[in-house]
Parts: sequence; structure tokens; C-alpha cells
Amino acid sequence: MIEEIITSGRMNPEIDPVLHVWGWEIPFYLFLGGLSAGILIFSAYFTLRNRQDELPIAVKWMPIAVPFLIGIGLISLLLDLSHVLYAWQLFTNIRWESPMSWGAWTLMLITPLSIIWVATWMEDIFPNWDWKFEEAKTAVNWLKSQRRLLAQVLILLSIILGMYTGILLSAFNARPFWNTSILGPLFLTSGLSASAALISFFSRTEVEKRLFTRIDIILIGIELFMIIHLFMGHLAGTQVHIQAAKMFLGGAYTVSFWVFVVGLGLILPVILEILELKHKFIPAIVPVVLIVAGNLMLRFIVVNAGQASRWLY
Amino acid sequence: MRYAMAVDTLKCVGCTDCVVACQTENDVPMGHCRDWIVEKTTGTYPQLQLEIRSERCNHCANAPCVRTCPTEASHYAAGGIVLVEESECIGCKACITSCPYDARFIHPEGYVDKCTFCVQRVEKGQKPACVSVCPTHAMIFGDLDDPNSSISKAMATRKWKSLIPEAGTDPKVFYLI
Repeated sequence: MIEEIITSGRMNPEIDPVLHVWGWEIPFYLFLGGLSAGILIFSAYFTLRNRQDELPIAVKWMPIAVPFLIGIGLISLLLDLSHVLYAWQLFTNIRWESPMSWGAWTLMLITPLSIIWVATWMEDIFPNWDWKFEEAKTAVNWLKSQRRLLAQVLILLSIILGMYTGILLSAFNARPFWNTSILGPLFLTSGLSASAALISFFSRTEVEKRLFTRIDIILIGIELFMIIHLFMGHLAGTQVHIQAAKMFLGGAYTVSFWVFVVGLGLILPVILEILELKHKFIPAIVPVVLIVAGNLMLRFIVVNAGQASRWLY
Repeated sequence: MRYAMAVDTLKCVGCTDCVVACQTENDVPMGHCRDWIVEKTTGTYPQLQLEIRSERCNHCANAPCVRTCPTEASHYAAGGIVLVEESECIGCKACITSCPYDARFIHPEGYVDKCTFCVQRVEKGQKPACVSVCPTHAMIFGDLDDPNSSISKAMATRKWKSLIPEAGTDPKVFYLI
């Protein structure tokens, strides 16, 4: 038997024996970022298609949650920083090669823009809404006239927000499990899927409910396809990528990933949604809870598994 | 000028003098280390081979930590030494996850810390602390651009390897084998 024993005298906290510098804060933020991106993309897209009156929950109501979701996400990001008093340094630099820099600047732009976006819908949502100040009213009216431009910018920024949460991880070739370019599109799709499920849950009209259920079924199909490709890519890769994939194919993450993320978070809810479309009675809360929980778990598992995968030398 | 280090695995006995010297010179906090010893045993019993390596930041010429840093805290200093500017580091840990050698750690004060090739000594023309104390003279430090430097000569005459060059990092710590 060929033996290979590596003994290291290093025992740095949070680095050894297995890297664990990123705890709950990062995956929780990645989830909130993806969800916010999904909600904004649907809202902006259906505004551009002039379907705001037909799809009020998706276009007008759901974006109200976004500034809060991003706010909670930002707090959890700040909690993760170990040298947090210097966080302002993010905004004195633009680093094209650093996904984290992209993320910081995207958040810097999308947070105020999402608030502006919500503001343009306030009078539609609450007919008695009063801006109190004449200047505010004038400003909002002007912004309303620019809604198409706003929607186009929002779609672009939201795609960057949804994608970069995955690219942030895939940019690290030191962690073979993360080192696949499919993570960006996968996280974007999964963020869109969670927001479609939530829109469908909250919608009050049959048209909107059925449309977003159909959209969600397609998105979950794409997600499953991407997950299969993620593992195909790893298994066709180098030894470290194969080892990383094996953590999910018999290794420590096998049950949590295939049972909870794929089984309960994707396959079961997609079956329930298909039955829903066929007018079978399914309590609406069940698929949405499964999808959102699966979404959150996907990010926790990917962040943890990535840190556990490494090069051996 | 391209600073580099070579560790002679045929001379290194794993005494950890380099580790202690580094901790003393750089005031490395308790329970942390900027350099460390790795013992790797390979082969089929009873024919086993033991390699002892003194490891540290590889001061890569294509450093993933510098690439992923969102604030330019991680940067290349003169001679290609990779350094962290404490007052620019936000503690996001992107550099830690991007390092295939796991050479970085979080200093108890919050910023990210690692081997600096003892830049404070090198600037004065001295050798890094680890190199200067090695009892078997297993470590060589110098300028790769100077063909007469001891490191250039060792690299020209000895067989050597670097750690996971396939990660594309272009490391500047070499192991004479």
C-alpha cells in the first residue's frame, strides 16, 4: 500500500485543521442578495413589459421587501468583517479583479436604487399615500417618468448582484469545490426561483399565481440541470476537483445535499407545483417554504464544502 | 529585483528554530504562526521517504490574495514581496480563502497577517529571521535577478520544486530536493 502522511505543525485558529473563516454570515448574505436580485429582476422586467397592473405583487409589492433584505444582508456582512472599522476602505478602491469589490460597489448602487424603485410605486400601492413635501412629490413624479430607464439599470445591477454571489466563490481556485464558473449562474437561478416562489405565494390573482408557478418550475429545472453539470465538470477535472465532488458523492455532504437541497428543496416542491397547476389541492405554503429553505441550505452547504476542499501537497 | 527563498529539504531537520525566530522577530501572537514545519512521508512500507519542509507564504508572483483583495490592502512591495497593509485591511478574509497554501491568518487585532519575508530586516540588507537562525543552513534568501546571488546559484545547480505550481500562483519559495 502506498502511504502518504502529511504532518503539519501549523495550527492557526480558523485555518487549521480545516479552513472555517466564513461562518453563517456569508451564506446568509448570499441568500438575501440572491433573493433581492430575483425580486428586482422580476419587478423591473414585467414593468418593461407593461404588465404592472396585471402582476401587482411581483411588480409593486415584492420590491418593498428588498431594501430590508439588503439591509439585513449588509448587517450580516459587516458582522463577518474582523477589521470592521476599516470597512470604508471598500469605497476608496475599485478593484476590477476582486469579486468582493464588485459586490461592494453593486450594493452601493442597488440599495438606494431599490428604495427609489419602491418610492415610485408607493402611490399605486397605497392610494392615500401622501409625500407630505411638495419637493418629494415632484421628485417622485419625475422618477416615475424615468421608470423604464430605472428598470433597465435595475435589471443589469440585479443580474450582477445575483451572479457575483456565486462568482465570489468560484474566483478562488484554492478551494476546488468552488472553482467552477457554473456557481454564478446557479446562484442567480436559485435566487430567481426563491423569489418566483414567494411571488406566487403572495399573489392574489390566478393569472399571477399560475405565471410565477410556471416560471418557478422552469427555473428549478434549470437549477437541477446546472447541479448535474457542476458535478460532471468536477468529475472530469483534476484530482482535487474529483476529491471535492466526492464530498457530495459518498462523503460528508452527501445526505445533507441530495436529501435536503435536491430532494426536499427542488424535486419535491417542483412536483407539488406541477400538481398545483393541474388544480390539485396543495397548501400554498408548503412548496414556498421548501424552496426557500432549500435555497438557504444550498448556500450554507456550498460555502462550508468549499472551505473543506483543498489542494494537497 | 525578485526576492525568493529556497529551503534545502536534504538539510532541514524540522527543529522549528525558524518558527521560533519568526515569532520572536515579528511579535507573532500566541497560538499563531507565520511559518511552520511540514513532514511528509511517502512510499510503500518499508521503503518510505521523509521530506521535511519549512513552509510560509510563497510570495507568489501571481498572487490570488492580491487579486481577490477588495481594498488593495494585499499588495506587491519592492522585490515582489507580498504584504498586507493593516490600515487598509477590512478583515473580509477573501485573501485567506484564496490562498492555496493557507499561509494567512486573522491577527487577534482583526487584520490579516502572514509572513513578510521579514521586510524590516531585508530593507536593511539583513536576511529574514528564519534564514539567519537556521542551524543547518538549510535556507537561502536572495535576489533571483542577480545571477551571482547564492539563491540563483543554488537554483542553477540543484534540483528544485515549488509547491502546487499547477495552482497558477508562480510561487517564490522553492524546495531543493
